Amino acid sequence: MVYKTRLENRGFDQARPMEAKVGVIKRADGSAFFRFGHTWAYAAVYGPRNLYPKFLQDPSKGILRCNYNMMPFSSVGERVRPGGSRRSKEISMVTQKALLPVLDLDEFPNSVIDVFIELPETEAGSRCAGITAAAMALADAGLRMKDLVAAVSVGRVDDKIVVDLDYSEESYEGGPVADIPVAVMPNSGKITLLQMDGIISPEQLSKAIGMAKATCVKIAEVQRAALKEKYKASENNGQ
Amino acid sequence: MISLFEKGIRLDGRKLLEYRGPISIQRGFTKTAEGSAKVTLGETEVIVGVKMEVGAPYPDSPGDGTIMVGAELLPLSNPQFELGPPGIQAIELARIVDRGIRESKALDFKKLCIREGELVWIVSIDVCSLNDAGNLFDASSFGALAALQDTVLPKLDGDKVNYKDKTKNHLVLEALPISVTVCKIGNHLFVDPSTEEEEFIDARLTVASLENGDLCALQKGGETPLTAEEIQAMITIGIEQGKMLRKLLLEKR
Repeated sequence: MVYKTRLENRGFDQARPMEAKVGVIKRADGSAFFRFGHTWAYAAVYGPRNLYPKFLQDPSKGILRCNYNMMPFSSVGERVRPGGSRRSKEISMVTQKALLPVLDLDEFPNSVIDVFIELPETEAGSRCAGITAAAMALADAGLRMKDLVAAVSVGRVDDKIVVDLDYSEESYEGGPVADIPVAVMPNSGKITLLQMDGIISPEQLSKAIGMAKATCVKIAEVQRAALKEKYKASENNGQ
Repeated sequence: MISLFEKGIRLDGRKLLEYRGPISIQRGFTKTAEGSAKVTLGETEVIVGVKMEVGAPYPDSPGDGTIMVGAELLPLSNPQFELGPPGIQAIELARIVDRGIRESKALDFKKLCIREGELVWIVSIDVCSLNDAGNLFDASSFGALAALQDTVLPKLDGDKVNYKDKTKNHLVLEALPISVTVCKIGNHLFVDPSTEEEEFIDARLTVASLENGDLCALQKGGETPLTAEEIQAMITIGIEQGKMLRKLLLEKR
């Protein structure tokens, strides 16, 4: 079997249409919105702020807490029960690990930085959209960062290596599939998230990771443009 | 704040009986819902999504479908909101939205029946706060109506919902129960509180009214008692302000 064409004539190395915006939640210290096609995420950052209860505090450095949550109506199928699942807890954890390497938390002893990721609509690749939005929100909150973090899922659909799998590809039945969410620090090229479901050869994996890195550089351009856009807008308002 | 109220103005320059603008409605906001809307009241933003599910009817009303309203005060929308199961604030919010829709008979539960005693539609309405700049009560009730107006029934494959295939049938709203929360600080009555004002509210009354001026739900909040005259005045304000919101729901389609 051969996987020939993608929906909407997308190239195999092409992500779905992206859209990004910063400063979308006024109450937050930093916020952003990021979309891959019909998968989109809001992220809000609160902090650094005092961490309670006190026994959770670390006097040597600040703590980063991340929470990934799908809104109840964000899935094509049945309603998602609110309150978190094992899946969402794991994604929250890997999100935190994906973002930690770019932050310097030594500056904020006894404090917490909270990152809340909410998904109003999902169609595969939601953890990557969440991480990408969260990195922009951290930058918008004015936190010092060593690099951005951009994420995309890559993988294998039958004989093809593809970027940014959609739902039809994740659930492709004509051949083997591998789904590999990857987060990259775009300047250094280092990888901060790597997971995989499926069957793939080491050679194919290496090619897929190369494509993820190239795509994350493009995503970082979208992130930077959105961050610049906000500051341009605030300059024009004389702020 | 009160000294300004004496002059009939508020911290943000509004009059006492003036909603924040812009009030916007974006229907079809999320495609995974069978109906959805993002609404804004000034800087307050909520997203409401409707999922259509099927299930067995309640034994005491075998010919009736039903609604379920959930509200999530997302910690992303306000620094004071915390993760975890819904607190009393979120529960009260969901109950107020529920009551307005249920008691006004905005949805005819009989029309949500698929097979009497066996299978009915369950309309799940979920409210998610995106930015809480005050008055989530009115924004949520308003958003729920806009999302219901947007709702299209999915197809049924036997007794299962086929979420990928939609019919052309919109849910029919028999009424538009508009909720207006009238607040009291000192001797002053006002609408559409900001988060700063919400902290100082002595009492509030959420008034859900219909087009003909009938009331369909009430909820008093706050720790200060109200006189019957005050309640009367608040109801009058609620009905009057509701007309403006109703017009927006009918216009912006």
